[in-house]
This record gives sequence, structure tokens and C-alpha cells, in this order.
Amino acid sequence: METYKNLKDKILETYSVNSAFLNQTNFLTGIRDKAITHFDTLGFPHNKLEDWRHTKLTGVLENDYSICIEDSDGNVDVNKFFHCDITDLNTYTAVLLNGWFAYKNTPITKLADGTIIASLTHALKEFPEIVKKHYGKYCDIEKNAFEALNTAFALDGIFIYVPDNVIVDKPIQIISILNKKENILVQPRNLVIVGKNSQLKLVHCDDIFSHTPTLTNSLTEIFVDENASVDHYKMQNNDNHSALIATTYFHQKANSKLSSNTITLNGGFIRNNTNVAINGENCETNLYGIYLVDGNQIIDNHTFVDHIKPNSTSNEIFKGVIDNQAKAVFSGKILVRKDAQKTNAFQTNKNILLTDEATINTKPTLEIYADDVKCSHGATVGQLDHEALFYMRSRGISEDNAKMLLMYAFTDEVITKISIEPLREKICQLVNKRLKGELSICDQCVMHCGCDEAVVFNIDMSKI
Amino acid sequence: MDKKNNILNKLTQEEYKWGFTTDIETETALKGLNEDTIRFISSKKNEPEWLLEFRLKAYRHWLTINEPNWAHIFHKPINYQEIIFYAAPKQNKALNEGEVDPELIKTFEKLGISLNEQKMLTGVAVDAVIDSISVTTTFKETLAEKGIIFCSFSEAVKECPELVKKYLGSVVPYTDNYFASLNSAVFSDGSFCYIPKGVRCPIELSTYFRINAANSGQFERTLLIADDDSYVSYMEGCTAPRRDENQLHAAIVEIIALENAEVKYSTVQNWYPGNKEGEGGIYNFVTKRGMCSGNNSKISWTQVETGSAITWKYPSCILKGDNSTGEFYSVAVTNNHQQADTGSKMIHLGKNTKSTIISKGISAGKSNNSYRGLVKISKNASNSRNYSQCDSLLMGDKCGAHTYPYIEVGNKSSVTEHEATTSKISEDQLFYCLQRGIDKESSIGLIVNGYAKEVLNKLPMEFAVEAQKLLAISLEGSVG
Repeated sequence: METYKNLKDKILETYSVNSAFLNQTNFLTGIRDKAITHFDTLGFPHNKLEDWRHTKLTGVLENDYSICIEDSDGNVDVNKFFHCDITDLNTYTAVLLNGWFAYKNTPITKLADGTIIASLTHALKEFPEIVKKHYGKYCDIEKNAFEALNTAFALDGIFIYVPDNVIVDKPIQIISILNKKENILVQPRNLVIVGKNSQLKLVHCDDIFSHTPTLTNSLTEIFVDENASVDHYKMQNNDNHSALIATTYFHQKANSKLSSNTITLNGGFIRNNTNVAINGENCETNLYGIYLVDGNQIIDNHTFVDHIKPNSTSNEIFKGVIDNQAKAVFSGKILVRKDAQKTNAFQTNKNILLTDEATINTKPTLEIYADDVKCSHGATVGQLDHEALFYMRSRGISEDNAKMLLMYAFTDEVITKISIEPLREKICQLVNKRLKGELSICDQCVMHCGCDEAVVFNIDMSKI
Repeated sequence: MDKKNNILNKLTQEEYKWGFTTDIETETALKGLNEDTIRFISSKKNEPEWLLEFRLKAYRHWLTINEPNWAHIFHKPINYQEIIFYAAPKQNKALNEGEVDPELIKTFEKLGISLNEQKMLTGVAVDAVIDSISVTTTFKETLAEKGIIFCSFSEAVKECPELVKKYLGSVVPYTDNYFASLNSAVFSDGSFCYIPKGVRCPIELSTYFRINAANSGQFERTLLIADDDSYVSYMEGCTAPRRDENQLHAAIVEIIALENAEVKYSTVQNWYPGNKEGEGGIYNFVTKRGMCSGNNSKISWTQVETGSAITWKYPSCILKGDNSTGEFYSVAVTNNHQQADTGSKMIHLGKNTKSTIISKGISAGKSNNSYRGLVKISKNASNSRNYSQCDSLLMGDKCGAHTYPYIEVGNKSSVTEHEATTSKISEDQLFYCLQRGIDKESSIGLIVNGYAKEVLNKLPMEFAVEAQKLLAISLEGSVG
């Protein structure tokens, strides 16, 4: 309990010491002060709070993190230690290194079609009008301590702006890398705005290389305007020492389409808060997720779908395989407001427990205030189908392979929804590896066995 | 069809038929709650020292905790100092020992409960409780032949204190929750039942609760013990007069099922729900829990909840014995401004334990109806199985239906399934009925009864008829 307080005190102190620096940008001044006050009153979440009932933060908050106010990495060539596993994935990339926009020389990229990919710091200076209109408008700093904390400290992150009537030709990939020797608290802040009738595919990868405890508290706000379409993929493959709190807010306008996939392959402590506000008619929302955890990992998925306007459809499928002593939490909430008639909302959460030490806590909730709706939710917890296993074993497939096949088939429902071909193949492969138990060993390995290119070793034979 | 329509019309015209009051002299405690009130209740009932100690401990604990606020219900804060915690009909001096005041008999006859054994059509033994006191228990002798003890709680304390002492608070400890603590401190009367080893109770046992006095709260306590290889079916009914102020009802029901025992507990809850504007009505905060402590035991809860301004009730089963079974069947109807937050908790501790939850919620008017349930399968409860289904039916665009299921599983060999749907009455079904000349109101009644059939079927016959009528009344005027 004592250390707990310390981190909070440290944060508050850091804020008051650096408040002048943090408040350089005028329009953020009031927001930051308000946010830190909220954080002060809320404090870090604890188990008495309904939303954190099953997820203990104590282990995460015990560590002493250094809070970076300034970018200490300077201009680093990210490509030196990182290259994407998916070689044939052709994307526009934007990299965050330890929470800072990595391409120092080109902080703002403007594509031919008018799309802007930029560091948030620079976007604040260059396009204050656009940023102001959306920044902090969708999250709720009064209720959520981590969002308040992020808002108080957010200095950099990624800003993406797709103008009206643009179909972005390639997916945009946000890569968030942590590579530091010390314990750090990182708080990136991303803002994505997709204009009317536009289309965007967004891949968001979290890769944490640091082997020391780190805490990432990221907040992403994504605005989907009328008739627009967004495909969002969140890939999480983190070091076991890391803790990640990833909060994403989607705000949908009329006739828009959103598909969000959260794929968690590895991570010490991951909490995903996915919030969708359907603020327009005839929207379509699909939330998919898989989580495959083992060891002592903790994965917590909280989703909230808010049907504000009528005639929309939302569909949610989350599936998980939990091994060893891992712990999974799922909490899905669908809120259908009074005026949101003719809403169709569906939600499913399916889990497989592989050991007696693994636990799952699932809570699919519905809160409905409109009468002309069709809503359903379902949750199951169980094991692999014995009959299916027997069927395969009687045909000469070994038990391990049969199990693997079944688990693979289990996750397939979600994987097939991925519309970017190379990404789907890669995830297929990773899931496969993950289920074989290889991934947690291999993921940090430089050999990148999944790559098509052969790994070349430069060994001076004469010295052997 | 005409005849049926008449019945429905007749039923729908009366708002709340049990809203009358009986003019009887009542003896009450002073308003408010303090240690003296508790001592007063205890001395009124000539209780032994240990029970007073239990009450005081509970009261002291209650002072340290706060009212829960997690339920999806909203109400004005309850002023515990304005409540009369003890109200009893005064003993008519002209009567002999054991005789019941004819005024009370009339009251219960008006409610359709006959306290006169000869007149009883069906073999149901009744323990009638009015305000804080059990008035009479029927069929006592018949039951005593089999060794079954069925009496009021106060009598049980006098006659079989060792049983009461052993089991009181063993399933719902006084520290359990705010309302359980309150009840443990001030509980007045209730029913006590003990089924000895190997006995199958030949008749249905039932308790009928009635609030009569104004400004009073009712805090009864039921303790039901089914010894090895026994069986009992228990029913509970309740009504209250129509009043403008809210009255508090905080009860506890504890069930203990030992080896191979089976207990079936049915409730038709019809406390006064308040008027159309949401004024008055009973605040019903009830803790009901059964413990399957023996192997192969079974506890089954069936409830039809139509009354009360607020219902806060989670009949639960602790499945401690191996191979034990827990069941929960519920229909909860809310209309006008009623609020219900109800569901079940199934806690699997023993191996091969099974539980089923079937919950049907119907909300109409401006009401809110929530299902809140927990299925917890502990690490050692291998091969356990749970199936939950909660459906909600919405009638009208101002009501709400909510589902908050909690599923916690801690081992790999167990299977849980949870399903929930929310929708309005199917237009196809309605059209089908209308097309065949059934008017709208009757059609809805028909569809709703069909929807709730799965649960109503589980009720004992005597209750099923009443429950079906109740459903129709509660939904009166909700469609239009």
C-alpha cells in the first residue's frame, strides 16, 4: 500500500515541478490542470472499483518508474533494432519509440491524397484547429484515473488525419516500441480523424523489448465521420515484465463502419479498454478479439458499446485460450439508450481453460432502455470438445496435434475477420506458434524464423 | 374466449386487490433503532441470552457498514430512525390460549388463506405471519407425527434451541451484508422447519407474510433444515396494504440441505408495488441462501416477483457437497415505477456440482428490471456444470432491462454456459393472435404466460394458478 501511494505522489510531484513546461501549449493548459486534479481525487484504481474487481494493479504499481518529460533518445534509427515481422506488409509506418515520435527529421508526412501522418506535438502547432476539435472530446477524465493521468502528461503520440472522400491506398501502421534499460512510465496519446466518405485501415502494433518493468498508459481517440469506414487492428506481443493499459475511444457518426480487432499474443499485464460511441444512425460496429495467454500473464479486456442513435448494429466476439497460471478477464457492456430503437447488438465471449490454475472472470452485461431492440449476449467457459478430440485421435492424429488443431479452429473465427491478407497470414502463423508454446521463447529472438529471407550470419571463418 | 376475457378484464380492473388494511389493535415498539429497541424486541419474545447477544453483535456490526449502492436501483435514503421495528397484533384477552383472533382469521380469509384446517382444500400447512408475529401454524400435529418440526421462529427458539443455535447464521452470517446485519439485529419472527432423517414431507409447507401496521418494517427470518435423505417443498407468499409511504422489508431465508436431501423453495412475492406514479410500495431487500452441505443434496429456488417498489434479492446456492445441485427459476415482472435487481448466485465448491439458472424478466411502464447473477466455480470444484439463461422482455419504450452476469471459473474440467437475450414481444406472435380474434390485451397475456411457462411449470400447482393471474394483473395497462 505504501509504494502504491509513492507512485501517485511521485506523479503529482513531477507534475507540479514541470507544470510550466507541460503547459507550454496554450490550449492544453486548462485541460492538463483539470486532469491532474481528477487523477488526484481518483487515485489509482483498486479492487473495490467494479471495473477493476478482478484485475490487481498492485504488482504493477509497486515498481518505481521514471516519468519522462523530455525525449531522451534523440534521433535514433529505429530500423537498427526493429523491423516488422511481416515483410510483405506494405504500409505507411509511424513509429513511437518510448512514447516519442521516432522520425525526428520528418515529423509531418503529407500523402498525395491529403492524408497527414504526424507527431502529435507538431500537429498541435501546425493544425491546432483540427486537433482542438477532437482532442480529449471522447475520453472521460472525470471517471477514469488512467485517462486523467494520460491527459495530464501526454506530450507526444501519433496524429493521423484523413480528409473527406479519401480512400487511403495502403494501411497505416503505428508501431509503438519500448526499448529502455530503466523502468519507465510511458504515456503516448494518439488522435485519428477519418473524414466523411473516407476509408482507413489502421494497424497498431505494441512491441515491448525492454526486459525491465515498464508501464505504458496509452490513450487513442479515433473519430469516424459520416459514411467513413475504419478497420483497426491492435497487435500486442509484449515482454512479460511489461504492463500495458491501452484505452481506445471510437466515435462513430451516421452510416459509418468500424471493425476493431484486438489480438493479444503475449504480455505481462495487459488491460484493453475499448469504447465505442455509436452517435449516428445506420452504423455498423464489429469488435473482435483473441487472447492467448500463459505463464503468469494477466489479460483484461473491457469493452463498452454505447448505442446512442437508432438503427445501428453492433457485433462483438472475444475468444481466449488461457494456459498455466494465467488470468483472463472479460467485461463487455452494451448500453442501448432510450432513443436507440431498432438496435441490434450481439456479444459473445468464449474461453478455454487449459489448466486448473488458470482462471477466467467474464462479465457480459446488457443495459437496455429502448424496447424495439434485439440484443443478446453469451459467454461460455469450457474445454476442448472431447468427441472431436477422440475423432481425430482415432484417425491417428497425436493428442498434442489434435488439441492444437482444435484450438486453432477455435481462434479461426476471429482471425478470418482480418481483411489485410499478409497480416492475416502472419497472425495465423503467430497464433500457430503461440499455441505450440514457441512464441514466448522465440518472440525476442533475432532470427525471425517467420521471415521469408534466410538469416545471414557474418562469421569470420578464419578466426575459428 | 369470452369467458377468459372476462376473467382478464375482471383482474385487470382491480389494481392491487390485497391493499386493504385490517383494523386490529397493535402493540408496537417505539420508532427508531438503538440497542434498547433490540433489547425490547428480545424481551418481548422472552429470548435466551445467547440470542440477544447475537442480535447485539449484528447491530454493532451494522453500525460500521454502509448501505450497498452497486445495484441498479434508485430510492430516497431510508431513515432507519423513522421505522417501527416491532409491531404485533395485541392478544385479545377474551380468547383462550391457542385460539386465534377472529379478526385475523378474517384477514387471512380475505387473502384466500384459510387458517381453519377443516376448510382447507389442499394439503398445505401454513404458518401465518402478520407484521412481526406468527399468528398461527396449521397442521402442526399431523406433521409432528412424522417428526417434522414446523413452527414459528420464536417457538423454535424455545422448543429446540440447540437446532436454532447450531444453524442460525451458518449460511447467512450476520456480517454478510448490510440488510442481513440489520435483519440479524431486529428480526421479529418467521418460520422454522426441520425435516428429520429419511422423511419425505407429505404436504406442502408454506408461510404467508402480511404487513399490516403503518410505518413498520418487517424483518422475518426463515430457517429450514433438511436432514439426510429428506425432502420438503416450501412455499412463501406475501402481501401488504396500500399506503403512500414506503415500507421496508428485509428478510433472511437460510436453508441447509444435508446428505441426499432435497429442498424446493417457491416464492410468489406480491408486496404492494406502489401506485402508478411510483408513490408508496415496499422496499424489499432480502437475503436468501441455501447451503447444499451434504453430498448429492439439492436446493431449488423458484420465484415469481411481481410486487414491491424495489426488489433486491439474490437467492443463492452454495454447492459444498459433492454432486450437489442448485437450481434457480425466476420470473420478475416490473410495471409503472417498480425497480427490480434480482438474480442468483451459484457457488460451486464440491466436485461434480451442477447448477441451472433460468431467469425471465418482463419490464413495462417506466420500470427497470435487472438480472444480476454470479456463477463461481472454485478450483476444486472439478467437473462442475452450469447453464444460465436470462431473457428479458421489454414492453413500452420507457422501461429498461439489464443483465449483469458474473462468471468466474477456476478449473479446466468445468463447463459454464451463459445466454441472454433482450427483445420486445414478437410482432409475428402478436399478429397471429390478433388475426384469430384475440384482443391485444389477452394476446399479450397469452404470449407472456407462454414466455414464462418454463418457470411457472416449476411452481407447485396451488401457486402456479395464482402466479399466472398475477402476471396478467401486473402487466395491466402496460400495452397500448
